[in-house]
Amino acid sequence: MTGAAPVASGMPKASKVVSMRDAIARFVHDGDTVVIEGFTHLICFAAGHEIIRQKRRDLVLCRLTPDLIIDQLLAAGCARKLVFSWAGNPGVGSLHAFRRAVEAGNPPLEIEEYSHFGMVARFSAGAAHLPFWPLRDYKGTDLPDSNPRIAQVTCPYTGEQLAAVPALNPDVTIVHAQRADAEGNTQIWGLLGVQKEAAFASKHVIVVVEELVDTSVVRADPNRTLIPGMIVDAVVVEPWGAHPSYAQGHYDRDNDFYVAWENISRDEGSLQAYLETYVMSVEDRAGYLALHPGLTDRLAARARMCEGVNYGY
Amino acid sequence: MTVVASRELRDGEIVFVGIGLPNLACNLARATHAPALVLIYESGAVGALPERLPVSIGDPSLVTGSLMVTGMADIFQLFLQGGRIEVGFLGGAQIDKYGNINTTVVGDYAKPKVRLPGSGGAAEIATHAQRTVIISRLSTRAFPEAVDYITSPGNRGKGKSRREWGMPGAGPVKVITDRGVLCASDVDGEMELAALYPGVTTEDVTSRVGWKLRVRDSLEAVAPPSAEELRLLREVLDPGKLYLKGS
Repeated sequence: MTGAAPVASGMPKASKVVSMRDAIARFVHDGDTVVIEGFTHLICFAAGHEIIRQKRRDLVLCRLTPDLIIDQLLAAGCARKLVFSWAGNPGVGSLHAFRRAVEAGNPPLEIEEYSHFGMVARFSAGAAHLPFWPLRDYKGTDLPDSNPRIAQVTCPYTGEQLAAVPALNPDVTIVHAQRADAEGNTQIWGLLGVQKEAAFASKHVIVVVEELVDTSVVRADPNRTLIPGMIVDAVVVEPWGAHPSYAQGHYDRDNDFYVAWENISRDEGSLQAYLETYVMSVEDRAGYLALHPGLTDRLAARARMCEGVNYGY
Repeated sequence: MTVVASRELRDGEIVFVGIGLPNLACNLARATHAPALVLIYESGAVGALPERLPVSIGDPSLVTGSLMVTGMADIFQLFLQGGRIEVGFLGGAQIDKYGNINTTVVGDYAKPKVRLPGSGGAAEIATHAQRTVIISRLSTRAFPEAVDYITSPGNRGKGKSRREWGMPGAGPVKVITDRGVLCASDVDGEMELAALYPGVTTEDVTSRVGWKLRVRDSLEAVAPPSAEELRLLREVLDPGKLYLKGS
């Protein structure tokens, strides 16, 4: 290698920037296996709401922590199956649409349940193009009894019995991020969840960002890139698109809304009224934000900048 | 209960912090006798120093100022399955005599009376942490002889001991309750009453457990919370009673 700037690979490619409406229309179809990942951090509610607006049906939704967005998608009738590992309202309590579906079959919902490690392992296998992933887990528990897809394998070297979980290769994974360039080279900081593995496991990837940046910004700090543009199909620019979840360095989690969800979702009528007002009756994320005056002042992050590093050689 | 749980943690230990009261107990320990406690959250924060009480285990305050932030694959594969976690701290809706924990369903799995959130990372914390400590308020409902569903393995389950199952960690060594402390028997892993809070009788505990609880010959007396521990909990760590409600 010479010290010359990488001119050839720096040639601008076609922009992948599209509207949320177009991204969902093109990459999320009825019956698809859909992942909206993000562990508390960077959960793309804007994409979930657009899926509800476009009335997708029979989706297989996969997510470690279903969170409020899955409660909303279930209540809107978008899903036939949920694959998950912890279905609650983090720090608050229950997901009531999920509970109505599982406890009372209203509406019917198929579930396939793992632990967090099991879900992480499924994405890892999918991303690495392996048929399964072994883990030392589930012994003495009821999880393999209630989920027959949790299997046992024998280590060919030691004879140890290990659990195995099957690869998960979604049709589409949607990842919210702080920033990306127009090709989808995506940088995330703060909690990283399982977004990298989910994106690499997926046939298609939609990246939704707080900020669209020039490729030179990415190249200046390549260690911060979690998802390379080569696996990204669409880039959507949607500031505040993760609300009521949060984006480190941009805005805090709206805990008041997570607490309020307990009462909104406990009653099916009030949940439907919520969806009608905040999802179906608005055109897009800008319309949603217009219904939340003062939100951006209340939740905007205070700066805690880090010092850059020297990438020289 | 939170104070007693916090005292279980030794300074410098590496602790995997679960959701709810464990979160508060670990942050209290760090503010009192264990400032060098290393808090690891399944969300990916390692060596977290939260400047506010984390509302959830994915709170942004766990990131700011931590030692390392990494993906969940690393947390489960390298830290937990890799054997790096000394203490796992868990809660649960049901806990049985062997410390098996149910956070999945009340009733039958296929048609549950109450659907609970599920495992999260608890199944693997209970499997891999070098020891686990469970924290839960006493009631016969919460302490049945056998849980409806084993989400996180205890000292014996599904007909075999932990050792027979080949689980790496030592399992639940203690259950911290709001009236006393249960400790696992060295012989068969069954939980036994080992310590009482001030003013609590043996009967206060045994009547709130759904099986015939073994009682050790000599019971330890748990020291009451110090004024400083209470002040930290009520005024500094959880003034909004996020976790302390009802206690």
